[in-house]
Amino acid sequence: MKSVKLSLKMTTQVLCGAVMAVTLQTGAASSADEVNLYSARQPFLMAPLIKEFTAKSGIKVNMVYLKKGMLERLKAEGANSPADLILTTDIGNLNNHLNADVLQATKSSILEANIPDQYRHPEGKWYGLTTRARIIFAHKTRVKTGEVTSYEDLAAPHMKGRVCTRSGKNVYNVSLLASIIEAKGEAAAEAWAKGLKANLARKPQGNDRAQVKAVFNGECDVSLGNTYYMGLMETNTKKPEQKDWAASVNVIFPNQKDRGTHTNISGAAVTKSAKNKANAIKFIEFLTSNKAQKIYAEDNFEYPVKAGVALHPVVRNWGTFKADDLHLSNVAKQRTLATKIMDRVRYDN
Amino acid sequence: MTAAQATGNRVIGAMKVSLSWLNGWTIGTVFISMLALMPIAAVIFLSFTPTDDIWSHLTETVLPLYVSTTLMLMVGVGFGTLIIGVGTAWLVSMFRFPGKRIFEWALILPMAMPAYVIAYLYTDVLEYAGPVQGLLRDLFGWTTKRDYWFPEIRSLGGAISMMTLVLYPYVYLLSRAAFMEQSICVVDASRALGRGPYQSFFLVSFPLARPAIIIGVSLVLMETLNDFGTVDFFAVSTFTLGIYDVWLNMNNIAGAAQLATVLLIFVMVLVFAERYARRKKRYYHTTTTYKALPKYLLEGKMKAVAFVACALPIIFGFLFPAGILVGYSFIHYETAMNAEFLGNALNSFILSSVAAVLAVAIGVFMAYGVRLRNERLLKIMARLASLGYAVPGSVLAVGVMVTLGAIDNGIDGFMLDSFGISTGLLFSGTIAAVTFGYLVRFLALSFGSVEASLEKVTPHMDGASRSLGHGAFSTLRKVHLPLIRGSILTASMLVFVDCMKELPLTVILRPFNFNTLATFVHQYASDEQLGEASLAALSIVGFGILPVIVLSLAITKSRPGSRLGEQV
Repeated sequence: MKSVKLSLKMTTQVLCGAVMAVTLQTGAASSADEVNLYSARQPFLMAPLIKEFTAKSGIKVNMVYLKKGMLERLKAEGANSPADLILTTDIGNLNNHLNADVLQATKSSILEANIPDQYRHPEGKWYGLTTRARIIFAHKTRVKTGEVTSYEDLAAPHMKGRVCTRSGKNVYNVSLLASIIEAKGEAAAEAWAKGLKANLARKPQGNDRAQVKAVFNGECDVSLGNTYYMGLMETNTKKPEQKDWAASVNVIFPNQKDRGTHTNISGAAVTKSAKNKANAIKFIEFLTSNKAQKIYAEDNFEYPVKAGVALHPVVRNWGTFKADDLHLSNVAKQRTLATKIMDRVRYDN
Repeated sequence: MTAAQATGNRVIGAMKVSLSWLNGWTIGTVFISMLALMPIAAVIFLSFTPTDDIWSHLTETVLPLYVSTTLMLMVGVGFGTLIIGVGTAWLVSMFRFPGKRIFEWALILPMAMPAYVIAYLYTDVLEYAGPVQGLLRDLFGWTTKRDYWFPEIRSLGGAISMMTLVLYPYVYLLSRAAFMEQSICVVDASRALGRGPYQSFFLVSFPLARPAIIIGVSLVLMETLNDFGTVDFFAVSTFTLGIYDVWLNMNNIAGAAQLATVLLIFVMVLVFAERYARRKKRYYHTTTTYKALPKYLLEGKMKAVAFVACALPIIFGFLFPAGILVGYSFIHYETAMNAEFLGNALNSFILSSVAAVLAVAIGVFMAYGVRLRNERLLKIMARLASLGYAVPGSVLAVGVMVTLGAIDNGIDGFMLDSFGISTGLLFSGTIAAVTFGYLVRFLALSFGSVEASLEKVTPHMDGASRSLGHGAFSTLRKVHLPLIRGSILTASMLVFVDCMKELPLTVILRPFNFNTLATFVHQYASDEQLGEASLAALSIVGFGILPVIVLSLAITKSRPGSRLGEQV
């Protein structure tokens, strides 16, 4: 009997103490010197940028990192949402927010000057901050020069059993397929997906980095991946074996003779509910400044959207390339169809 | 009597019935069930919003595969955890063999390992590029993949193995608690009637423990159904993976909600089918004669078999993966070991403790409320309220957000209209929202284990206590709680450890600048950089273990009559 009483009492104490401790610790307010951010980009990536921004402007950045559910959270919170801006990757995500009407139009001469037309929404409802290209990693000796120069080559018969990719449902592969639908039509895109599936050396698995590891280990000869993964491997001092993986492959920018390499963006947008709209715009402006663009480029090996910002030497080393100039908004519209095609060709199974 | 009088009497009769509903336990149980049901209802509501038809596409393409893969996964994990969980629980509660005292608590340890973490670690070791296959290639001179066969870890079989390794403790815990709550008299009677220990197990102990074992396995199956991390990493096309695909790649939350609703209906059918199968059977402990279970001393070969059977799940489910994590954290310790680390750990610990205490208190309240009023509707409501466990975490989080958003904006609108004051968002994006999410999700754990345990207390106990003048609460406190203490501890431990590992609800519902160990791990693990997060992952396991060990010792002591037995 005694023990039960004791535990009841203890329970109450723990509860009261805990609730106080936790509420004191957090509590996001909206005051003049703050801006509230929902970010799909990882905290460790954003930390140096946020630190620099706060030091320069005196504006505190409150952040929640969430990938899935960001849009649903904004919708559920409605006009009372505390979020002032969002950061996310891939045009598909930006477009979904745009269509759900949770973003607002903004105007900033700084942003218009810093970001090329094709990387921002015409009414300023979203802004691209960095770009990344979806490229081919080809083994240095097992793949002959000229053997693979385009996405189409990956689906050609001579590559049978030699290709590794991550899941066909991954956002980057869906966007790539969407760009092919936009460029060549549904039937051609489905034929391509079918051909690529037929050429796979193994069931799709892992992330882009894991594919290069598989090439290094001889499971396959070529793989698909985003450019920054190459930079992350080439400079990985914690796991030096990744430098060997990177050293075993050549970087190939596909389709240089025709439409160019599929390039996607990461971007920011001001929410419709923003209470600190001016601060939110300031933050996006900061993210397109020379200094921030350089941090982005150096920390995650992405391409700055702003012209004239120096590339990381590792990135520069891969050479220049022609990017696919399809408008990204149009590519985004094909994403649902692309997902269905991946189902139809049973890409992952 | 006139017709009017008759009607009047009937009305009064009906009023009496409806008034008798108005006692605290019943109202409380109904209220809590409704509250817990709201996020689930929100998901179902979402599925009715107009949207593109996904069904014709899915049925023509991947739906049959989703269904068959999911069923195979459930069967595999179900049987795996049943055999390991019940087998080890039976061994440690009925027999004496070397290491038994350590196995008793160590068998719970794998529960602290998040399934996606163990999946990641085993992939590193067992994939083509990993050390095991590398060694085999060196030893036998194989050069390419085509030279030999090796099981593919990223497969359905791999997923079944990984989930079985970390989920069997649910079955172990619940069946051990059930074995320990069994009166020795039934085992004695069985032995006196000439049955050996093995026959007694299958004829007496196992059937008596059936409600608890079923709860354990159904918890495992619900965890299996809602898993995203492991099946995503292994690219095993389950129904849940399909839900996320429709939601995120086809940008169709309504379609995803439709799939989630189908999943819910499937779970409901399973739950009620099991209930129906044992509708007439009741499993009461008929006597109160408890003494320490006499442990049969195992000899020779059987001793070794028992030892190995208990050691293997601990080695593969805990020691080996934890060892790899320790190795990684030496390399990456400074990534995690910063000023935020302790704060994150504290957040995890406090949040999980609060949720565990609340979940168990609510679980006891509801289970007792259901017991007091043996009413069908009430039972069904309570059971529906524990369905949150079967919904994929991120989908449930959306349900919670929709619910809280509607409440917050409703209050705000009302206050604005009536008093011109905007209250903004009161619950959305707060710690309270995260805690509410945890409760909705883990009510099944606390309610399930408490209910299973209460079911075995014979109603004669209630009758005796009540006739001696004790009220409902006093009876609960003085009779039931001491009898089911072991299950209460088990329930709080289950909820605590699950909250420590919980990811999607925490990530999606949390306030600004709020991190737990799990969300810290997530930012790296989401890009397969578990090395960087290994110290935090290890801390989840570490913080999870402490209460596991403490509570496990308490559970051993909690067996009714255990102290009596020691004196004998």
